[in-house]
Amino acid sequence: MSQTQTLPTRSYEMPREHYLNSSYGIRSWLLTTDHKRIALLYLVSVTFFFFVGGVFATMIRIHLLTPEGALVSPETYNKLFTMHGVAMIFFFLIPSIPAVLGNFLIPQMIGAKDVAFPRLNLLSWYIYIIGGCFALYSFSTGGLDTGWTFYTPLSSIYSNSAVTPAVLGIFINGFSSILTGLNFIVTIHTMRAPGMTWFRLPLFIWSHYATSLIMVLGTPVVAITLLLAGLERMLHLGFFNPAMGGDPILFQHLFWFYSHPAVYIMVLPAMGVVSEIIPTFARKPIFGYSFVAASSIAIAVIGFLVWAHHLFMTGMSAYSALAFSFLSYLVAIPSAVKVFNWTATLYKGSISWDAPMLYALGFIGLFTIGGLTGLFLACLGLDMHIHDTYFVIAHFHYIMVGGAVMGYIGGLHYWWPKISGKVYPEALSRFAAITLFLGFNLTFFPQFILGYLGMPRRYHSYPPEFQVLNVLSTAGASILALGYLLPMAYLTWSMRYGKVAGPNPWPATGLEWKTTSPPPTENFPVTPVVDWEPYDFPNRPDLGLTPGTLAPVPGDD
Amino acid sequence: MQSQFPLYPPAASNFAPRVDDLMTYLTYVCVFFAFLITAAIVYFFFKYHRKRPDEVGAPIHGDMRLEATWIIIPSILALSMFGWGAAVYVDYRHTPPDTLDIYVVGKQWMWKAQQPNGLKEINELHVPVGRNIRLILASEDVVHDFFVPAFRVKMDVVPGRYNTMWFRPTKPGRYHFFCSQYCGTNHALMGGWVTVMDPTDYAAWLSGTSGGAANPVDVGAKLFEDKACATCHIADGSGRAPSLNGLYGAQVLLADGTTVTADDAYIRESILQPNAKIVAGYQPLMPTFQGQLTEEQIIALTSYIKSLQSQPVPAKGAGIAPSARKK
Repeated sequence: MSQTQTLPTRSYEMPREHYLNSSYGIRSWLLTTDHKRIALLYLVSVTFFFFVGGVFATMIRIHLLTPEGALVSPETYNKLFTMHGVAMIFFFLIPSIPAVLGNFLIPQMIGAKDVAFPRLNLLSWYIYIIGGCFALYSFSTGGLDTGWTFYTPLSSIYSNSAVTPAVLGIFINGFSSILTGLNFIVTIHTMRAPGMTWFRLPLFIWSHYATSLIMVLGTPVVAITLLLAGLERMLHLGFFNPAMGGDPILFQHLFWFYSHPAVYIMVLPAMGVVSEIIPTFARKPIFGYSFVAASSIAIAVIGFLVWAHHLFMTGMSAYSALAFSFLSYLVAIPSAVKVFNWTATLYKGSISWDAPMLYALGFIGLFTIGGLTGLFLACLGLDMHIHDTYFVIAHFHYIMVGGAVMGYIGGLHYWWPKISGKVYPEALSRFAAITLFLGFNLTFFPQFILGYLGMPRRYHSYPPEFQVLNVLSTAGASILALGYLLPMAYLTWSMRYGKVAGPNPWPATGLEWKTTSPPPTENFPVTPVVDWEPYDFPNRPDLGLTPGTLAPVPGDD
Repeated sequence: MQSQFPLYPPAASNFAPRVDDLMTYLTYVCVFFAFLITAAIVYFFFKYHRKRPDEVGAPIHGDMRLEATWIIIPSILALSMFGWGAAVYVDYRHTPPDTLDIYVVGKQWMWKAQQPNGLKEINELHVPVGRNIRLILASEDVVHDFFVPAFRVKMDVVPGRYNTMWFRPTKPGRYHFFCSQYCGTNHALMGGWVTVMDPTDYAAWLSGTSGGAANPVDVGAKLFEDKACATCHIADGSGRAPSLNGLYGAQVLLADGTTVTADDAYIRESILQPNAKIVAGYQPLMPTFQGQLTEEQIIALTSYIKSLQSQPVPAKGAGIAPSARKK
C-alpha cells in the first residue's frame, strides 16, 4: 500500500472544549438535546442491533452448510431469518445513516447550531429504544417466525410465535422515523446559513431531504398495516383473514406500499454519503450536480409507485402487473444516472486511495450489480421463475448490504475524524474495506445462481445439488464477518489512541469541515456565511490545495 | 448433458426456453454495463491516482450531451426488457382453451393434487408431455406458492380464492416442485416431484392406479345430499334455487342484469358467499358454507356440478342466460 495522500502529516492539538467534553455524566448524555450527542446515542444502539442481526445471520449461514441443515430445528431456523430481517431492517438499516450520520451532519453541513426541534430529536431516540425493547422482548420470549414481511394470514392467525410484541415494536419505532424525517425537512427548509442556497447544498442534504419525504409519507402506512395485522391476531377481527371475508393480498399491497420505498430510505442516504466522498477524494466538483440532486427526488417520488412488483405472482390482474413492471423500470433510470455521474467525476481527478474512497467505489460496484439485477426481477417474464428464490435474496442484499451498509461504514470512516477528532490506522482500514468487498461478493454472488437454479428462499433444508453454492456462500460470510469486526475494533481503538485529526484532514469543501474536530456544542462560534459553490476545489484557496502551494498548516481553519 | 455445475435448471416446458432467452438477453446487457462501469472506475483509479499531496482535479462540472446519452440509451434498453418480459408473462397469464385441468390444494405442509378422473396424489404430480395443463390452485390455510423450476413457472396459492397457472411439458422426466412462498415451520419440506410422462404411459398410469380412489363426482353427489343442497337446487327447475343442470361453463344471468361465466371460481364463490352474485329471478336465501367445507370438498362439489353439464336443462328455473340457452 502506498502512503496516504491526504491524512495530516503534522500534529494537531485537540480543541480545548468540544461536544464530547462539554459536560460529563450519564445524565448529560441521556438528557442531551445536542444533535451530535443524539447521533452517538443512535450509533451505539444501531450498532447493537447490527450485532444482534449479525449473530442471527451467522447462525443462518452455518445452518445452510449441509442440505438437511447443520445447526438448528426448522422452527428455530425460521425464527433466525425472521429476527435477522426485523433487527437489520427496522432497527439497523432504516435508522443507520439518517439517524447517525444525518443527525450529526445535517446541521453542520447547512451551518446551523442544531436541528429545528432538538427535544423532538431526543424523543425520537427514546421512541426507537422503546420500540427496540418490544422487538427484543419478542426475540427473547419465543421468537418470531413469520418472516420480516409478516404476510397474513400466517402472521395474524397461524403463527404460534411472539408476533404481537414485534408488531407493536415496529409500530412504535415508526414514530421515531416519522419525527426524524419531519425534523430534517424543517431543518433543511428553515435553518440554512446565509448564502447556503438550495443548489449550494451538499448532495448528502438532497438525499436526506428525499429520504425524509419517504419517512414522513410512507411510515404511517406500514405502521397502521402492522397494527391491523396485530388487531386481527389479538381480537380476531377479519381484515386479512379470508375465512372472515378479509383479503390476504390487501395486506401485501399495504405492506409493500411502505416497504418498497423503505428500500430507498436505506439506500438514498448511502448515495448521499458516496456523493460526498467521491468529490473529496477525487478533489473535483461532482459531475452533473443538478442531475445527482434531482435523481434523489425522482427516486423518492417514483419509488412510491412501484410497490406491487412484489405481487406479480399473487394472481393479480395482468394489466396492473404490466403497469407496475413499467414503473419499476422507470425508477431504475435515476439510479443509473447517479452511477454514471459518480464514475464521470473520477475522470481527470486527483484520486487518493484512502479507506472512505475504497468504500465509496465498492459501493458503486455492488450497487450497480444490485441495481442491474433489479431489472431481472422487474421483468415480468423472468419474475415467473426467479420470484421468491435466492435470486431475490442476492439482489436485495447487494442493494441493502452492498449498498446501504457499505455507504454507512464508508461514511463513518469519512467523518470519523470529525466525530471523534481522531484518525484510525490507515493500512488496516484499507485492508478492512477490501476484505468487506471480497467477502460480500463471495457470500452473495453464488446466491444469484442458486436462485436461477430454483432454490426458494426461506428454506431450512434443500436438495443436495444446491450444496456447493451454499458452502461457497457461507465461506464468503466468514470473510465478510471479519470485514465488519475490524472497523468496529479499530474505530473504537482510535477514539482513545488515534492521532489527532485536525479540523479538515482530507481536506474537504463542506461547512462541517470549517469547524474544529470534534466540533463545539454549538457547531460554529459564529454563523458562517457561504459564498462558494459546492465541491469547488479549484476555487478554494482556504484549503491550501491550489497547485504550487503546500499542504494546510496547523491551526488553519 | 448436465454439467457438474450448471447455471440453468433442466428445461422441460414451453415457457422454459422463452424465460431462458430473456435471461440471456438481460444478462448480456447487464454484464456489458457492469463491465463498462467497473472498467472505467478501475482505469481512472490507477490513471488519475494522486501524484502530489496538494494536487487538485480538473474543474469539470458536467456535460449535457453525456447526461442525455446515459438517460436515453438505458431508457430504450429498459423498455425492450419490459416489452419482452411482458410478452412472456401475458402468454403465461392467458390460459389457452382445451386444457387438461388438475386441482392442486396446498395446506401446511403438503400438496394434494387431483387428476381429472379423481385420482389423488400427495406431493406428486403426474402430467402428460405435450398437453396444455392447467392447475387450479387452492389453499386450506396460508399463502403458498406452487413452483416448478424446470418449467420456469410459479403461482401463489392464496386462501379464499382460486388461482390458475398453465404450462405445456415438453420433456418426460422427474422434476422438483417447491413451495416458494414462506408458509411456516415445514415450508422447506413442502415440495415433491412432477413426473412428465408420454401420453400413453400417462393414460396407463391413470387407469392402472385409480382403483382405490373414490370418484370425486360420487363424493360430490353425496355431499350435495348431505349438505341439503338438493332440497332447493332441484334438477327440473321447480326448486327455490336454480337447477344446476348444464350450468358449468354456461353464461348465468344475474339479478343486476350482468352475466357471468359459471367457472370454478364462480361456483366456489356461490357456495362460500352465496349473496355475492344472485341469479336473476331468485331470492338471496342460500346460507353460506364458509368454514363448513374443506377446499377438497368444494372441489368434489364442483366436480359433481361439472358432471351435470350434460344433463337436460329445464326450460324454466335454470338460471342460464337466454343467449346461452342452447343447444
